Amino acid sequence: MFELNEDQKMMQKMAKEFADKEVAPGAEHRDDKEEFSRPLYNAMAGLGMTGICFPEKYGGADGDLLSYILAVEEICKADAGIGIALSASVSLCAWPIYAFGSEEQKQKFMVPIAEGKKMGAFGLTEAGAGTDASAQASVAVLNGDHYVLNGSKMFITNASEAEIYVIFAMTDKSKGTRGITAFIIEKDMPGFTFGKKEHKMGIRSSKTMELIFQDVKVPVANRLGKEGEGFKIAMATLDGGRIGVAAQALGIAQAALDAAIKYSKERIQFGKAISANQAIAFMLADMALKVDAARLLTYRAAALKDAGKSYGKEAAMAKLYASDIAMEVTTDAVQVFGGYGYSREYPVERLMRDAKITQIYEGTNQVQRMVISGAILR
Amino acid sequence: MEIVVCVKQVPDTTEVKIDPVKNTLIREGVPSIVNPFDKIAVEVAIQLKEKHGGRVRVVSMGPPMAKDALKECLAMGADEAILVSDRAFAGADTLATSYTLAETIRKMGPVDIILCGKQAIDGDTAQVGPGIAENLGMPQITYAAKIEVNGDTVKVDREHEAVYEVYEVKMPVMITVVKSIAEPRFPTVKGTMRANRAEIPVWSAADINADEKRIGLNGSPTQVRRIFTPKQRSNGEIIQAETASEAVAQLMSKLSDAKII
Repeated sequence: MFELNEDQKMMQKMAKEFADKEVAPGAEHRDDKEEFSRPLYNAMAGLGMTGICFPEKYGGADGDLLSYILAVEEICKADAGIGIALSASVSLCAWPIYAFGSEEQKQKFMVPIAEGKKMGAFGLTEAGAGTDASAQASVAVLNGDHYVLNGSKMFITNASEAEIYVIFAMTDKSKGTRGITAFIIEKDMPGFTFGKKEHKMGIRSSKTMELIFQDVKVPVANRLGKEGEGFKIAMATLDGGRIGVAAQALGIAQAALDAAIKYSKERIQFGKAISANQAIAFMLADMALKVDAARLLTYRAAALKDAGKSYGKEAAMAKLYASDIAMEVTTDAVQVFGGYGYSREYPVERLMRDAKITQIYEGTNQVQRMVISGAILR
Repeated sequence: MEIVVCVKQVPDTTEVKIDPVKNTLIREGVPSIVNPFDKIAVEVAIQLKEKHGGRVRVVSMGPPMAKDALKECLAMGADEAILVSDRAFAGADTLATSYTLAETIRKMGPVDIILCGKQAIDGDTAQVGPGIAENLGMPQITYAAKIEVNGDTVKVDREHEAVYEVYEVKMPVMITVVKSIAEPRFPTVKGTMRANRAEIPVWSAADINADEKRIGLNGSPTQVRRIFTPKQRSNGEIIQAETASEAVAQLMSKLSDAKII
């Protein structure tokens, strides 16, 4: 049923070569030191990975979403933190501007991201607004030819590295979710600063910080979409971003599976490789099954989006399943490695720490279940 | 500038194991790659084109699947690719291969520089580049670590263990390159997609007017009697470094460069 076409296979091969040669070697160091590497992001972007699924006239390569997802998966196999930096920039920032922006906004803000010259970020979450995204406390007040933005955002990926931010704020509190508006904020706008850097369990090579807006003057030309359209834009963006997170979880799980299989053949106990024991072999079989199932769900969601069909439920299913099994598979991988699995000198404990976030961000897995049940109970 | 690069698709020898009983290479399930030295040659060709203008064409003698290797070169930035493929080429040794590639290049038209990798990682003979030059009656410079084009001449640094020879030669010339000359670039997304759509013409023995007595098994005086791993007899190398971890890093780098790990 599922065969990648030649374009997609070549894209996957290209991304894998890059990931193996350039991303993998420094992954352990970046995790250890909580270091994001902008040069590495620039290298990925320079090769065109930020533009895979945008049209050529907008700085892209006219590829399909599945090709992009394959690239994200390969990068995440090597370093999930670098992978999410790519995914957040492309799916959460460039995409909404591409889908909802004016021609000027596309040229000014989205094309540089697709071309790899600038980096993007997405700011919806606040201290008081996580799953309840509608409880936006950030406020934007219209004042002639500009809005004045005040508030803060939390847990923002790529914060302080990105030059372009898609930010959501309340323009009319009385309208609830229909009072939320999207804006394009630039890094050097006066009043826009960064707060504390998050010290995280995993994806430590990804930069996560607080954004602070103090009387930031945002030109009306930077408003993305109409007033009150913000919530719709946010939800549509997250729908697609979900597939990227599924690909990230898939990459992490595959890396864990590969490591566990390799180790099980090398580790000798009782005079034979531990893989000769059914207990281990059966664990690996279950892990392989989960990864394959997650793969099919993820590629299916991407294929649906590419075909212009409705994909919200399928994207939620992919993200939910891939992240849940990533947690299971990485935990099992640590188990297969035994004592060595617990040591920072072996790669699997990092994979387990990296996997956890995929069950949480871009819509917790509880939210994913809301999306799925909503779709099936309609 | 007209540049032609000769490229071979080879098994990835880091993955290849030797059958301990038959003493032959176990090729099943081993991925095929562009010969690493040839990839470097393609990089050099593209750099020359970027500096001096012109065209980079890549050519390979191989079975139909060698098209994948050619596509990788196109993805890097080569302009055109040609596959010369024919059942009659099977079993070719370096003499027959050099003849076939030389006739192919002759058919391709006037050329300024022919670039080849110093050797293929499966055969390791390093003979085909020089063979092509002889067949075409052009000068050859092997083990080039640096190439500089000045008008109609080329200045080449030829690498030895501890010294360099510097040559100046009038084009056309065949040059084989060593590892230190360049790092092959990653193909870009756009390059990859363009390469995938590219039509790669396949030329047969008839297309290149090949003399059937000089191609394939017919044209191969060399017969392979045995392949075996010889006992290594070389000096040890002392790695100097400030700290143990630095020394280990250097050692790991050498081992992986030598494709031992």
